[in-house]
Amino acid sequence: MLQIECPWCGARDQEEFQYGGEAHIVRPENPESLTDTQWADYLFNRANVKGVHAEQWCHAAGCRRWFNVLRDTVSYKILAVYRPGEQPPGGEE
Amino acid sequence: MTSARRLQSGGLVNRSRRIRFKFNGREYFGHPGDTLASALLAQGVRLFGRSFKYHRPRGVIGAGAEEPNALVQVGEGAYSTPNLKATQVELYEGLTARTVNGWPSLAFDVGAINNRLSRLLPAGFYYKTFMWPKSAWMRYEHHIRHAAGLGHTPSLPDPDQYDKRHAHCDVLVVGAGPTGLIAALGAARSGARVMLVDEQSQLGGSLLSAPAVIGGQTGFDWASEVEVELRSLPEVTILSRSTVTGYYDHNFLSVNERRTDHLGPMQSDTPGSRERLWRIRAKQVVLATGAIERPLVFDGNDTPGVMLASAVSTYIHRYAVAPGRSGAVFTNNDSGYQAAIDMANAGMEVRAVVDVRMKAGADVSNAVADMGIPIYLGHVVPSVQSGLQGLKRIELAKLSADGRDILSHKGLVDCQILAVSGGWSPVVHLHSQSGGRPCYRESQACFVPGASVQDERSAGACAGSFRLAACLQEGADAGVSAAAQSGWPGGYVDIPVTVERDEAPLQPLWEVPAGALAGDRVKKFLDFQNDTTASDIRLAAREGYRSIEHVKRYTALGFGTDQGKLGNINGLAILAETLGKSPGEVGTTTFRPNYTPVTFGTVAGRTLGEQLFDPVRKTAIHAWHVRRGAMFENVGQWKRPWFYPREGEELHAAVNRECLATRSSVGVLDASTLGKIDIRGPDASRFLNLLYTNNWDNLQPGRCRYGFMLGEDGMVMDDGVTTCIAPDHYLMTTTTGGAAAVMSWMERWLQTECPQLKVYLTSVTDHWSVMSVAGPNARAVIKTAGCDRNLDAEAFPFMSMQTGEVAGIPARISRISFSGESAFEISVDANQGLALWEAIMTAGRDYDITPYGTEAMHVLRAEKGYVIVGQDTDGSVTPVDLGMDWIVSKKKDFIGKRSLSRSDTDRPNRKQLVGLKTQDPSRVLPEGAQLVNTPHAERPVPMVGHVSSSYYSATLGHSIALALVKGGLSRMGGTIYAHLMDGSVVPATISSPVFFDPENERTKS
Amino acid sequence: MRKNRYSIFSLARNAVSYHQDWSEAWRSPEPAPSYDVIVVGGGGHGLATAYYLAAEHDVGRIAVLEKGWIGGGNTGRNTTIVRSNYLWDEAAHLYEKSLKLWEGLSQELNFNVMFSQRGVMNLGHTLQDMRDIYRRSNANRLNGIDSEILTPAEIKAKVPAMNVSSEARYPVLGASFQPRGGVARHDAVAWGFARAADARGVDIIQNCEVTGIRRENGAVCGVETSRGYIGAKKVAVVVAGHASVLADMADLRFPVESHPLQALVSEPLKPVLDTVIMSNAVHGYVSQSDKGELVIGAGIDAYTGYGQRGSFSIIEGNVAAIVELFPIFSRVRMLRQWGGIVDVCPDACPIISKTPVSGLYFNCGWGTGGFKATPGSGWVFAHTVARDEPHELNAAFDLERFTTGALIDEHGAAGVAH
Repeated sequence: MLQIECPWCGARDQEEFQYGGEAHIVRPENPESLTDTQWADYLFNRANVKGVHAEQWCHAAGCRRWFNVLRDTVSYKILAVYRPGEQPPGGEE
Repeated sequence: MTSARRLQSGGLVNRSRRIRFKFNGREYFGHPGDTLASALLAQGVRLFGRSFKYHRPRGVIGAGAEEPNALVQVGEGAYSTPNLKATQVELYEGLTARTVNGWPSLAFDVGAINNRLSRLLPAGFYYKTFMWPKSAWMRYEHHIRHAAGLGHTPSLPDPDQYDKRHAHCDVLVVGAGPTGLIAALGAARSGARVMLVDEQSQLGGSLLSAPAVIGGQTGFDWASEVEVELRSLPEVTILSRSTVTGYYDHNFLSVNERRTDHLGPMQSDTPGSRERLWRIRAKQVVLATGAIERPLVFDGNDTPGVMLASAVSTYIHRYAVAPGRSGAVFTNNDSGYQAAIDMANAGMEVRAVVDVRMKAGADVSNAVADMGIPIYLGHVVPSVQSGLQGLKRIELAKLSADGRDILSHKGLVDCQILAVSGGWSPVVHLHSQSGGRPCYRESQACFVPGASVQDERSAGACAGSFRLAACLQEGADAGVSAAAQSGWPGGYVDIPVTVERDEAPLQPLWEVPAGALAGDRVKKFLDFQNDTTASDIRLAAREGYRSIEHVKRYTALGFGTDQGKLGNINGLAILAETLGKSPGEVGTTTFRPNYTPVTFGTVAGRTLGEQLFDPVRKTAIHAWHVRRGAMFENVGQWKRPWFYPREGEELHAAVNRECLATRSSVGVLDASTLGKIDIRGPDASRFLNLLYTNNWDNLQPGRCRYGFMLGEDGMVMDDGVTTCIAPDHYLMTTTTGGAAAVMSWMERWLQTECPQLKVYLTSVTDHWSVMSVAGPNARAVIKTAGCDRNLDAEAFPFMSMQTGEVAGIPARISRISFSGESAFEISVDANQGLALWEAIMTAGRDYDITPYGTEAMHVLRAEKGYVIVGQDTDGSVTPVDLGMDWIVSKKKDFIGKRSLSRSDTDRPNRKQLVGLKTQDPSRVLPEGAQLVNTPHAERPVPMVGHVSSSYYSATLGHSIALALVKGGLSRMGGTIYAHLMDGSVVPATISSPVFFDPENERTKS
Repeated sequence: MRKNRYSIFSLARNAVSYHQDWSEAWRSPEPAPSYDVIVVGGGGHGLATAYYLAAEHDVGRIAVLEKGWIGGGNTGRNTTIVRSNYLWDEAAHLYEKSLKLWEGLSQELNFNVMFSQRGVMNLGHTLQDMRDIYRRSNANRLNGIDSEILTPAEIKAKVPAMNVSSEARYPVLGASFQPRGGVARHDAVAWGFARAADARGVDIIQNCEVTGIRRENGAVCGVETSRGYIGAKKVAVVVAGHASVLADMADLRFPVESHPLQALVSEPLKPVLDTVIMSNAVHGYVSQSDKGELVIGAGIDAYTGYGQRGSFSIIEGNVAAIVELFPIFSRVRMLRQWGGIVDVCPDACPIISKTPVSGLYFNCGWGTGGFKATPGSGWVFAHTVARDEPHELNAAFDLERFTTGALIDEHGAAGVAH
């Protein structure tokens, strides 16, 4: 039962949030220029990290804002919370 | 009947009141403060149940949550509750209980034949047999199932209520024994918000069960004093009869509070819940969960009368019950001696203290010797003898120095009770659940908590500190530091003085040798409930099941309702010996929630039933539909009128009538449930261009447009009409069931992918009441109701919207039609919805206006070939598959576009939407019917499509269906066959999906 | 090597010696320097793969490498439901092959896996559920798979404990029923396959974690493990929740995500439920084990998780659903809960496929529904590995489908209760 720090509202129970999967997957500028393989990679393939995972959450039962979370997918510990458009703290880890 | 074994004085029971109860049909009595187990023991009852596999007679062995044997079904009828532990059931007047195993009776159990056959039934025997003949397993299984199981499920729904509370605290202290009490005090004095949770009816933990002196007073008085101070502090919450059952991530803990079971069944007019689930988020946790004594493993250690030494002491001290006339002790550590002293003080004749060790603690052994009780050092009890009422005598034997053999037999000692102590197992369950890994401590032969993973610390006996002074010190330190770490540094507590006895270390003896010839022939029980024996462990290891998890699963060790609280450590130690490893190398099995079982009703809480299982959404006009006798359909969380039967009408008659009325005059539909999203901002149309497959650049204010929304995989996700209200203002409608998901979808794209767009979204579904007035007389009805707009087709064309007033109510009026009729969709403030509806109904009286439900709506739209997303699509359908290429822009990008050109997605032979007309026009195909190219075929039959929508069209006088058919668009006029569940084959002709008014003359009129 | 054959006679014979003479169900050999095929993952699917490789294909030396203890992952954590009533042809044929193997598995393996064909019921609670049920049952019949549609009254007759009242929040409107479906003893499946594979010479190596996949010229040549390098001509990976981790070792990216999935059991009860009940709309599934426990499957958590732990709120919602369906279970108590890691594909269907690396094969993405497929999955995967081409039963379950778009979308037909 996670407790997540919404960047706008503060710490709240997991049940207020909606999970959005891996963060920093950017929609291709020009999808028509991609091969089917490249498009499939964007569409379906995921890092599915065992360890520190950058992921999206939305405070759905609160401010309804999306944000990013760095979370360990084994210990479930949350290492950082940051806003959309920002890079994960800790640089090139 | 008298209480033969009740002591004249002492204990925490109130002898001035008698509580009558029944056990296995016989009347007994006890006193307030008794458990079912203590009251029965007081009355001389020794036989409490039968074991699971061998149906061996069993007595009570413990005094609390660890009890594996004394399982009872308590209460009658709807209040009947299975599998309670008699050691935890508090007495109330009129309680009835019966043992869960034993047929026809506890004393004479035919299942005991299994005990005779036990040589054939070693661990895992069922994996090796019951395989022939192949078909017979179901018969074997039937008998196995009926022989297995414990208690009975009640036959009636539960009359009780359950509820939940959420709590946040600075420090949660689990367990209110000496460690927990002092921890709570130390923490609470800082001003921190402290919760103290304890599973028993009274605070005090081990202090209730044994004599202790703390700070010059009795342990019980000290506990009471601490409790008084804690209760005086405003930020302290104390929960008794409450068990922390689970320790989850981020310091979330679940607590099961039992609120009324000790009072007996609640009367139905009594308010309040039977049990409550506390959902606690704690900044810091102090685990003070104590330790559980473990049995010794010897031949016949399951005989009724063999009890944990600490349980014997508990019955004497807390319940004032001497569990037998005579007793003996078998121990490998000092704590067994206390039971000898207690038994002697309780007037029992104590015949022997049998100690595995060569040396015992001086204080306890002197005290025992002073009482004239013989002490046999370096001795064991290799076996016992029993009669119908359990233990009669024990065998005494000298142990070899290495502990592996019996050197000499010393004869028999008569006794009714054998108090055993094999040392203590710290209750590391919650630490383990929190993510910690218990590690083995050789010096105490037990697992203690490892490093903390979450914000928790263990103190006292659960951390391997079994002496009172250490418990108090650790508890105080834990409480004060936990408070400080939660932001409350001012905690303090003085450590009261205690009397400590000289102690000699424990000598592990995981299995008592049974004599040269016995080997694995004798039964030395580890898991009493599942009848797992020491030889089962060895068999498992011999057969290659060597991971402790394999052994557990192969032998059922620890799978009982006690979750192995007594026997697991013995089992893993015997496995370790068998494999030549240390217990630490073998390790424990995973401790999983729940620590003790939790009532399903408690976990469910109040989210049950017609009102609360899932919220019910009703439109503003709902009450009118109910008065009109509508049948309702669940659509998402909404209740939508399905059809409005008149007297004697079933579904089809009502729907036919509603459809005909709409086509011939006028019908009205409550369309309020459609999702509505208000979109504003200068980039609104750009955003719509991204979301929808078609182009939104040129939509003028006051005009409406239909759109398809795809997932990025190109499959249809939702559809609806969006109206341009102003160049920077649109109102989108979505499907009823899809509204929330579409809103989330749009927000997500805006916030994460397109933050540069200036677009603002508001869900306005509930703000508006919407009704669709449809049919040739729709215009006339609205005029009659009073409307300030020119409703003529030229002034108010199809797919346009105007604001105005209808029946004096401000409204948005749209020329939108899902029925294929000339239709007006009127949206008003939800508060005015019912008023407008009634005004329309009044205005329509002369036109025989007919309210229609979702079923008629489905028929009307299917006649027009309009799809319903989720019914005619299933997540594998593109707009192209639906024959709607025209709605897919070739020029711009939109979500899902790229997927449409993948090799499989633009394949010509995909399943495509077509119409079907059954060749027998009255035959209505079932929705979901599979379609095949030939009338007769061998199975597996190649299926080429299925019927997604199917109705009888009263308007057209024949059945109609929509179907998805492989390459269907190129098969117009061809024949296809529905092969139905009832075996019949129905031929149908493939047609256009538009059955009615293909030129849209009515719609536009 | 000839093992004790299991039977009532061998039990009786061994009873004489107090069971001192049973041989090992499987050996614990040291790893050889190299194998013809290494199966990574000693769950039911991996062990079945090894068994069918040894029993039905001539591939030489085979090893199964398991990082922990065999059957310790999802094999030993699921709710043991077996059925084949899938909507789409591709899935239906694959699961039906598996069901047929189940029907003879105890005899084939000489190990009683307690496959109990007590029937599986999928409840419908909305009109759309009922359309979907007709569609799926109809398809099952035409695919030669047993299926019936039950009315609420027929459901009540089979399952008296269920609340079929029209007053419920989401009343039971009907159900599909597959009589040949049922449950099995999950551990026994792993142990039975292990014992039978071992008897055919397969080396089952526990406590051996694969840490790298070594390749030369685009082809696999062995694996790095916690017990050293082991060479292999072919490597077949069947590691469920850890598929992405192993794929990463070969620089592959997969369309799977790993999620926590939980289950729980009640205390043992006398028989009260004789069939398997599944509900999507009310979100839960339940059967009663031979021991008497109600075995209840919960939903998956939305987030990625390798922790073998899920959220308590999922358990709460799931138990509420079960009590909603079975009000008489309210006073029954929940004994134990646990979690596993399921790897989920976008179309809720598995990947049983060759990969861009020659000699490297993956079998993953079974999501919440892998147990029922255990023998069938092993059977087709063994074929795929041995022949270096898929069997027609798993040809559609390749990695390529995510590029072409030819997904096998079972979401609509199976939803959560997969």
